[in-house]
Amino acid sequence: MRFVDEYRDPAAARALVARITELAGDGHYKFMEVCGGHTHTIYRHGIEHLLPTSVELVHGPGCPVCVIPMGRIDDAISVAQAPGVIFTSFGDMMRVPGSRGSLLGAKAQGADVRIVYSPLDALRVAVDNPEQPVVFFAVGFETTSPSTAATVLKARQDGVMNFSVFSNHVTIVPPIKAILDSPDLRLDGFIGPGHVSTVVGQRPYRFVPDEYGKPLVTAGFEPLDILQAIQMLLTQISEGRCCVENQYTRCVSEGGNPRALAILDEVFEVRPQFEWRGLGFIPESALKLRPEFANWDAELRFEVPGVRVADPKACQCGEVLKGAIKPWECKVFGTACTPETPIGTCMVSSEGACAAYYNFGRLHREVAVTMGGPR
Amino acid sequence: MCLGIPGEVVDLLDSNRHLAKVDVAGVRRNINIDLLEDENVVPGDWVLIHVGFAMAKIDEEEARRALEGLQLMGQAYSDEVQAVLESQIA
Repeated sequence: MRFVDEYRDPAAARALVARITELAGDGHYKFMEVCGGHTHTIYRHGIEHLLPTSVELVHGPGCPVCVIPMGRIDDAISVAQAPGVIFTSFGDMMRVPGSRGSLLGAKAQGADVRIVYSPLDALRVAVDNPEQPVVFFAVGFETTSPSTAATVLKARQDGVMNFSVFSNHVTIVPPIKAILDSPDLRLDGFIGPGHVSTVVGQRPYRFVPDEYGKPLVTAGFEPLDILQAIQMLLTQISEGRCCVENQYTRCVSEGGNPRALAILDEVFEVRPQFEWRGLGFIPESALKLRPEFANWDAELRFEVPGVRVADPKACQCGEVLKGAIKPWECKVFGTACTPETPIGTCMVSSEGACAAYYNFGRLHREVAVTMGGPR
Repeated sequence: MCLGIPGEVVDLLDSNRHLAKVDVAGVRRNINIDLLEDENVVPGDWVLIHVGFAMAKIDEEEARRALEGLQLMGQAYSDEVQAVLESQIA
């Protein structure tokens, strides 16, 4: 238990691991987390080392940076290179490769690309530069999309007409459904996302037990939260129960944040379909601005090529995002593809499974190899 | 990018613009509290901040635990705090 002493309450962690080991018994259980923050915690704190071999964690498409397909990056660069445009983006997106380089590359070639912390900072850039169109590259699950929506409402309220949003917001339920429908992955349950659930609440996940017969436990971001969620999943299974449970009651309520959901609904509508890196097109899985906000919709104001680009052949981000392979089983992991020179999205964000493995998971790889690799 | 950082509300500024002043890691910055409009945020409350918006009210104990957890993240945490500090929401 090399890592456990770093935990806030090592004794509680040891007790949880003992209980998990007991509950899992001789079985083999595969649980998927769908939250980049969880993936980061799991590697940072070596949770996979603590768990018995009877419990396997699979890292799903929970990092919004990782699920953006190459074609959308190309579109973003195309908008950024339009005459006079100031293009604003979260820092995480700058190094994500498209088919012809990244936003960072476009900036080096002269495009005015600026990193912002908040969509409100992007709006401020627009106010400060009234003669230039200012575009915000909006990415993220329901954690982030209400903030974009509130910013668009503010732009309308303040009459900031030179501001627009290139929306790549995605929603959490459709990819979970896509993974449950995928034939090549047998899962025994889900660790539900933390911050996304502060917005959406618990109700949207009920289809997981009701229609697919799998338990889901929403969890916080401390290592102890993850361990407790695993214990709650195994307890449900051992008692023959199957439902949505909430380990993260400190932040997540049953109904989520109704105001955030209302603002989201006022500004955005669901796209008929959207391409996800590695998962292909998923129906009704992303958001675009409603027609009444056309003035603030970058896709209507600029030429967006919208060309679908296949992932690089060597890159196996798709299999990693579906949990079909571990990051280090990808042929280019840590060799041609590193956080400094990423080929795939999973290596870019610190919340991506590959970057997390690369930074913290070296030991795990050695352990897994000695044990004959993952099953 | 999905990190939430705890901050303590120290002042409510312009209610029309949903602005509040928060203390984040010892430094004061403005954030937007529009998403918590129904929750009657007052000075002394702790909130979870994500991309310049308060997204949830949390209690002080959760704020302390979240901060400890974030500090363990090292670089990712200091990058996020740096980003908050560079933000100029008004």
